[in-house]
Amino acid sequence: MKAAVIVFPGSNCDRDVQVALRESSGSEPLMVWHREAALPDVDLIVIPGGFSYGDYLRSGAMAAHSPVMKDVVAKSKKGVPVLGICNGFQVLTECGLLPGVLMPNAGLKFVCKDVHVRTEAADTPFTQGYNEGQVIRIPVAHHDGNYFTDEDTLKRLNDQGRVAFRYVNEDGSKGNGANPNGSMDDIAGILNKSRTVLGLMPHPERLSDPAMGGTDGRAMFDGLVQALG
Amino acid sequence: MKAKVHVTLKQGVLDPQGKAVLHALEALGFGGVKSVRQGKFIELDLTETDPKKAAAAVEAMCKKLLANTVIEDYRVDISEG
Repeated sequence: MKAAVIVFPGSNCDRDVQVALRESSGSEPLMVWHREAALPDVDLIVIPGGFSYGDYLRSGAMAAHSPVMKDVVAKSKKGVPVLGICNGFQVLTECGLLPGVLMPNAGLKFVCKDVHVRTEAADTPFTQGYNEGQVIRIPVAHHDGNYFTDEDTLKRLNDQGRVAFRYVNEDGSKGNGANPNGSMDDIAGILNKSRTVLGLMPHPERLSDPAMGGTDGRAMFDGLVQALG
Repeated sequence: MKAKVHVTLKQGVLDPQGKAVLHALEALGFGGVKSVRQGKFIELDLTETDPKKAAAAVEAMCKKLLANTVIEDYRVDISEG
């Protein structure tokens, strides 16, 4: 699997995801600076976490109009899988590859802790390393993770099985503070219509090696390698 | 020409920051505030001299970048520079 990681000024999880991709695929991902006008042909594009452009205007808004994003959108429309993690998720909503928007957390505070999410859709290249209904432990670290969209879009996401992950308690139950940011319908990650774009707030790359204290995130990268060769 | 752009959250979209400001005002003893909505103010200095063209250009800027129309409304005021 040949992967490209897009690097913006202010990205800070680019190297973490680089390591996770390298460990799972055995090959070195391309690191692509945001000013590049075009991407080489790759099997997967990753938009990493961080604070691109210092979150100026709105998180992800400036990065969404970076030169390289034109080609990311074009390649995505041709079916190349795109994974956006945290700030990457925000960039994907701002550039229109995913619907909705990530608003400031309901509690107005930056949230940095491990949470639990339930895998709601295991039939995608990103999630096939998990079983449907599987609860995993995964870190979040964000200020703007409060997913919001209009009622019609929310219904469509649910009806089409496009909610990939939902915040839950360790035992899979809802409520009781399981949702760290006020996100609509406890949404932690969503897919596009063709299930080739995934955006999620939690960081799988931050729990992808036993030395990090957990490996629940690793299955995402292993699954991608399995799906994409 | 100059353009003044006000970006505000749409009605119905929860504004936690506005709510926090409201609570802070109450805590400081300022009564009589029913609600607070917080937004952004952006000022643009334009080379365009025709007010109609300027308004159209800023409208496009709002849709493309300055506002996220999923959750935000915007208002543009054009004035002589």
